[in-house]
Amino acid sequence: MSTTVDRPDQATARTSSALKSTIQRHGWTLGLVGILVVLLVVTRLIQPTYGAAGVQGLAVSVLPLAFAAVAQAIAVIARGIDLSVGSMMALTSVISASLMDERSEGFAVLVVIGVLLLGCVLGAVNGSLIVVTRVPDIVVTLAMLFVWAGCALLVLGTPGGGSAEWLRGLTGGSILSEWIPKAALLLLVIVGVIWIPIRRSRLGLSLYAIGSDPLAAYRSGVSVTRTKILAYTLTGLFSAFAGLTLTATTGIGTPVPGPYTLLSVAAVVLGGVSLAGGRGGVFGPIVAVVILSLLRTDMTFLNVNTNLATVAQGLILVGVVMVGSLLQLRKREP
Amino acid sequence: MTASTNGYLLEASDVSKRYGAVVALKSASLRVRPGEAHALMGANGAGKSTLVKVLTGAVRPDGGTITVRGKERTAHSPAEARRGGLVSVYQEPALIPDLDISSNLRLTETPLEPFRDWVRQLGLGKLDISRMARDLPLATLRIIDLARALAIRPDVLMLDEITAALPANLTERVLEVVASQRGGEGSIIFISHRMTEIASVCDRATVLREGATVGVVDVSADSADRIVELMLGEAVGEMPERTERSVQAAEQGEVPRLEVRSLGSSGRLRDVTFDIRAGEVVGLVALEGQGQDELFDILAGSEHATAGEVLVDGRPVSFRHPADAIRAGIVFVPADRAEALLMQRSVRENIALPFSAPISGWGPIWSRKEKPKVDKAIDTLQIDTRAQKEVRLLSGGNQQKVTIARWVAGGVQTMLCFDPTRGIDIRTKHQVYLLLRDLAEAGAAVLLYTSELSEIQLACDRAIVIFGGEVVAEIAASEADEATLLRAAHNLRSDAPLPEEVVAAAVAAEEDVEAAGEEPAPSKPGEAGDL
Repeated sequence: MSTTVDRPDQATARTSSALKSTIQRHGWTLGLVGILVVLLVVTRLIQPTYGAAGVQGLAVSVLPLAFAAVAQAIAVIARGIDLSVGSMMALTSVISASLMDERSEGFAVLVVIGVLLLGCVLGAVNGSLIVVTRVPDIVVTLAMLFVWAGCALLVLGTPGGGSAEWLRGLTGGSILSEWIPKAALLLLVIVGVIWIPIRRSRLGLSLYAIGSDPLAAYRSGVSVTRTKILAYTLTGLFSAFAGLTLTATTGIGTPVPGPYTLLSVAAVVLGGVSLAGGRGGVFGPIVAVVILSLLRTDMTFLNVNTNLATVAQGLILVGVVMVGSLLQLRKREP
Repeated sequence: MTASTNGYLLEASDVSKRYGAVVALKSASLRVRPGEAHALMGANGAGKSTLVKVLTGAVRPDGGTITVRGKERTAHSPAEARRGGLVSVYQEPALIPDLDISSNLRLTETPLEPFRDWVRQLGLGKLDISRMARDLPLATLRIIDLARALAIRPDVLMLDEITAALPANLTERVLEVVASQRGGEGSIIFISHRMTEIASVCDRATVLREGATVGVVDVSADSADRIVELMLGEAVGEMPERTERSVQAAEQGEVPRLEVRSLGSSGRLRDVTFDIRAGEVVGLVALEGQGQDELFDILAGSEHATAGEVLVDGRPVSFRHPADAIRAGIVFVPADRAEALLMQRSVRENIALPFSAPISGWGPIWSRKEKPKVDKAIDTLQIDTRAQKEVRLLSGGNQQKVTIARWVAGGVQTMLCFDPTRGIDIRTKHQVYLLLRDLAEAGAAVLLYTSELSEIQLACDRAIVIFGGEVVAEIAASEADEATLLRAAHNLRSDAPLPEEVVAAAVAAEEDVEAAGEEPAPSKPGEAGDL
């Protein structure tokens, strides 16, 4: 970022320090990628048959949660938290599944666009309620968790509906090489196309600004209320992506999905986003989701009792965050 | 450049604002001419900050009009005020800690070249704008905030206590820049408690008292008395003559209350030795970042020393927690009131906390026993208790008094005060000095760090000066005039001039955590600094 404002005579001298600071800034995400690579190697060791197919399965299974983690990350960066992510996923999932069921492929395109817009609306409602009522984020989104969950059950009482073929095709299988799952590519393209431009715009700066220090942001001329509504709108949008991919990967709409909300918070924390706001990004949480899922897979391979695996997952979460924070503290003190 | 017909650039008339039962502004007026530096003065609670908030659009007034260049205008947010040409620099820099400086500049759409020019003029030679705001020292952030405001050439620039806690050399640069803006197109509204600064850079001063404008004074060398008179609404009482008795008595006292022997702490503190006797107020003088923060943290039990020892009443002590220090009779009044107070709780609870909740137990608190003590403390300190339900509603000066009162109520043996009068008005300051003297009279030992050098003679018996983590001078109060102290703070002999290099090095040392332990090398003497 600094390169855009450097003067030519300083640019070369700055390049190396800019590189260093980039590495420093993304240190957490890079560390997570390291852990992920180690985990993949370990997986291969304990289950020699784990290969391209395994990676594909992994990508498909984490896709909804990865979008949910991105959604949560945006809310948390803006010093909020959205407990209704899972319910918004459910609502968008059942609406898309019931509308696409036994309809034309072309109609499904309209459904997808409509559902994404609906996600934006749901998020905007969350954000506006927080801003207008001045009730804390956690309380408003807790309330909306029930509202959206109830709506989802109204739409579809039991799992059902269907998904368009092209939508299922987008998430299943691989592209170019058998090692590149379509699901992973889809995730990176969607997040990249939406998030990276925002991150670099004034909106992105404002998101981090209100998360980091709302008063300073206000005094710097940022509209804290508008930014907050937009943050939740983005959270809603990515929750809708999560709901759509839930429908696409399972083929049906699920009115009561898994514990996505809390898992998304876990992924955000593990992904290096500060719950105090203002710090972190969306790619760390995505890697964290993959790590959490792969850990479970490994424990299944090792025949660990699933309940025990859940316990282990929690302990690992605390451990990683603690060690990571210690490393960061160490770095700051000379 | 066209001023309005009446010749004022900014005109606020009869502005009023009330918060529930509390009237913050009754009828405040402020008229600023183009090209002038205009001081806004008033004791704490006089309504200064509310007026500033109204002007910057952070607070909507209940009544009154604000016109800019003769056109009526109401800003609803700082962003709007900014577009209208009215920019503020606050006491706490409005920089986003988690963004680097260049992103912070983009956030406010600040042009880069003028910004760099101002940074240079303000005396921050090299500034890496790819650094995170949170990694920079407060003084640097203030300068950046000011440069950012100047870079967009505002019509009216509002500076709120801009020089508070700035090192002396940066203060000088800031005042120079403010002075250089006079006579130009824009105006400056300058808020400061430091009379000398007002006298040196301002043309006129508007004085507020109890929410109303009580006078506009043309600033000259001898207008300070008039301003203070207006602020207080009565003639200022001189500080009572200090009795030398307590000190003399202390001289003969056998064991000092607090002894510090060769205290060291990784890098910042190297070798600090001094003692304080019961009945003494000792002033501590230092430029920013010379180890005073670490010293206070160690004495208050929130940090560990790596070398040396601390003795209380002749017995060596070692603190693992602030509770240990409090048990040993050492209490700490930090500069940041927010660090000391439970902002959402009542005045009563805040004062009662240290003595009604003995650290050893979880037992019940008897409000009957607590009440007389608390009442006495509130009374002694003349704390304004109109808004006593929550401490955060009090004015800064009253909050500061609560931080001191809570220790007075329990009886105090050794008090450490870190810049307790920062940003509070002159009357409250005098009350704080008197209180410290009273505490000493009653047999307490007081260590007072202050960034305002004139306080040493007002409140202390003697001063010790720290530079580069070492005690470099000890000066009796009678000789501790500001010039002597400032020279000592720069580690110069009393007759030596003030070299720019030393100042720059001291600031660099403060900026650079790694270099913290190294003493800035005093090189060849440059032009004489003034004070």
